[in-house]
Amino acid sequence: MADEPQKPYTEGPMHTTAPVIDPGLTFASVTDKIGSIVLKRKTPLGWFIGFVISFALFQLMLLTITNLVFVGIGLWGVNIPVAWGMDILNFVWWIGIGHAGTLISAILLLLRQTWRTSINRFAEAMTLFAVAQAGMYPIFHLGRPWLAYWLFPYPNTMGIWPQFRSPLMWDVFAVSTYATVSAMFWFVGLIPDFATLRDRARSKPFQIVYGMLAMGWRGSARHWHRYEMAYLLLAGLATPLVLSVHTIVSFDFAVGIIPGWHATIFPPYFVAGAIYAGFAMVLFLTIPLRKVYGLEGFITMRHMHNMAKVMLATGLIVGYGYMVEAFFGWYSGNKYERYVIWNRMHGPYASYYWTLILCNIITPQFLWIKKVRDNLLVLWLISIVVSIGMWLERFVIVVTSLHRDFLPSSWGMYQPSQWDWTMFIGTIGFFFTLLFLFIRFLPMISIFEMRTILPEAEVEE
Amino acid sequence: MAEDENDKLRRVGPLDYNHPVSPSAHSHARHHHPTLYGVMAEFANPSDLVAAARHTYQAGYRRINGYSPYPIEELSEAIGFTHTSLPLIVFIGGVVGGLGGFFMQYWIEVINYPINVGGKPYNSWPAFIPITFECTVLVAAFAAVLGMLMLNKLPQPYHPVFNAPDFALATRDRFFLVVEANDPKYEHDAVVALLKSLDASEVSDVEN
Repeated sequence: MADEPQKPYTEGPMHTTAPVIDPGLTFASVTDKIGSIVLKRKTPLGWFIGFVISFALFQLMLLTITNLVFVGIGLWGVNIPVAWGMDILNFVWWIGIGHAGTLISAILLLLRQTWRTSINRFAEAMTLFAVAQAGMYPIFHLGRPWLAYWLFPYPNTMGIWPQFRSPLMWDVFAVSTYATVSAMFWFVGLIPDFATLRDRARSKPFQIVYGMLAMGWRGSARHWHRYEMAYLLLAGLATPLVLSVHTIVSFDFAVGIIPGWHATIFPPYFVAGAIYAGFAMVLFLTIPLRKVYGLEGFITMRHMHNMAKVMLATGLIVGYGYMVEAFFGWYSGNKYERYVIWNRMHGPYASYYWTLILCNIITPQFLWIKKVRDNLLVLWLISIVVSIGMWLERFVIVVTSLHRDFLPSSWGMYQPSQWDWTMFIGTIGFFFTLLFLFIRFLPMISIFEMRTILPEAEVEE
Repeated sequence: MAEDENDKLRRVGPLDYNHPVSPSAHSHARHHHPTLYGVMAEFANPSDLVAAARHTYQAGYRRINGYSPYPIEELSEAIGFTHTSLPLIVFIGGVVGGLGGFFMQYWIEVINYPINVGGKPYNSWPAFIPITFECTVLVAAFAAVLGMLMLNKLPQPYHPVFNAPDFALATRDRFFLVVEANDPKYEHDAVVALLKSLDASEVSDVEN
């Protein structure tokens, strides 16, 4: 094979636009290029600036939590009738962002989409860190977060057990399973790369740490065989899991009888919204990242196009969800349901609703145009608009449904307090703190999977 | 990681194929020389490795193994390793998780702590399905990860192949084939001759 001229890497008719990977790369250059970001290359100044800002914002979160634990959740703007407010909408927003990571790493693996290879590690990390933020909200929303372990079924001296008929219990199991399985999937994917770093590292502490994490991985053919099987099975398990998680999150709403929540469209509409928001976040993060670290050979325009298309498709599904929601309200013949829809469009929160339509339905339509998909700056701006739009969507669902329920005497308004905002900004800081540490200390692209899609990886017999 | 070991080996001098260290003849002198783990051949590309593995397997050797920087389907086939019981382990994990999850809820809500919620039956099984599903996935995923590590005997900090020269490149761009000394057909000179005939860029002894 070494004597023959190398064939250009082809992969079917889809491949006419842009390659999945720079055809000039080799086993050695892929390994060295990705490995050197962690081991050799000088940390860019931008990393330090970004890390310091994120870490400062993270302190804001710690401050908020400390204050919250001392004072109680009265610190936040939540009260009756809007008792869920920003805590739950941020929970849904964060966990939705996480879903794109699992979609990329598991579902696209099963669908044999090779382009997923260069973004899956990063997207999985994003999943883990987003789920970590999401998990904090319900726990601190409990009011007495130090008793959060009461949610788990364990034999206790009080002689009581959790109520498994409640969607809130389903949530506990769904989110904790999701976090655990995502972490395992991520770690298993990292084992061969830890071995690569162990063998490349020059300094003793790095050799020891990566060596321990690699657990003695040596690339044995027998190991690889079982490894591939385990990875495939994990992908097969994670695929229904990711769908179930956001379905269960939507059950938190749909199982309740509040007008505007009690709708069968919620599970698919929530899952599509989650993937939509998640891909927006992946685009938002990868566009600057590939530029700063010079990873254009790994994350090519093909990836940008594909992610933009997934965003467009899921955006359309979300738009369909909004339409069906409005239709349900009208078709139900129920005056409360009709009122909720009317109130969303014309009530005190109408500006949120119409901004949401602008962000989530109108903006992604530009992605039909190839020129827009080619322009990274525009794509990046659209991803920000969509992220804001998805946040507004959860705001509209949570707040407008709660603030006007069946009896006008129990109506009220919701205004997030400054501590709601510090908590939200703080979790964004925590998310980016973790992300910056990940970029610095772990290979952000799966090295061994990149080797498999190189032209020289093909065995000729 | 294996740097020190390699240095030690190099100080011993070049390997002497005319006077091989055969495991049987050597038991009395173990404190002088380490025992032989096998013979390792190094290849520059995956095609040569797979071809060599096939040859070695066809020549009747069974305790052979390949090492590569990424998974090569043809390689595990070539060394005759095509079966793994991992799917069975994962399936059992899933069944245990599913049944365990459901009957945990059943036992709590029906037997140990029955509470009437809006007149619903104690065994309101549709409401138990989400948690049953999550438990199925959780235990199956643990079975997949721990099962894979267990079958692979990982973590295993030390292994003789780490002593081989250039083996650090097995996680970069080099490919290796080992014939282990405990192969029933193993005979040192014959193995070395065979591997040398197979486009290997280097053939060396690997000591325990």
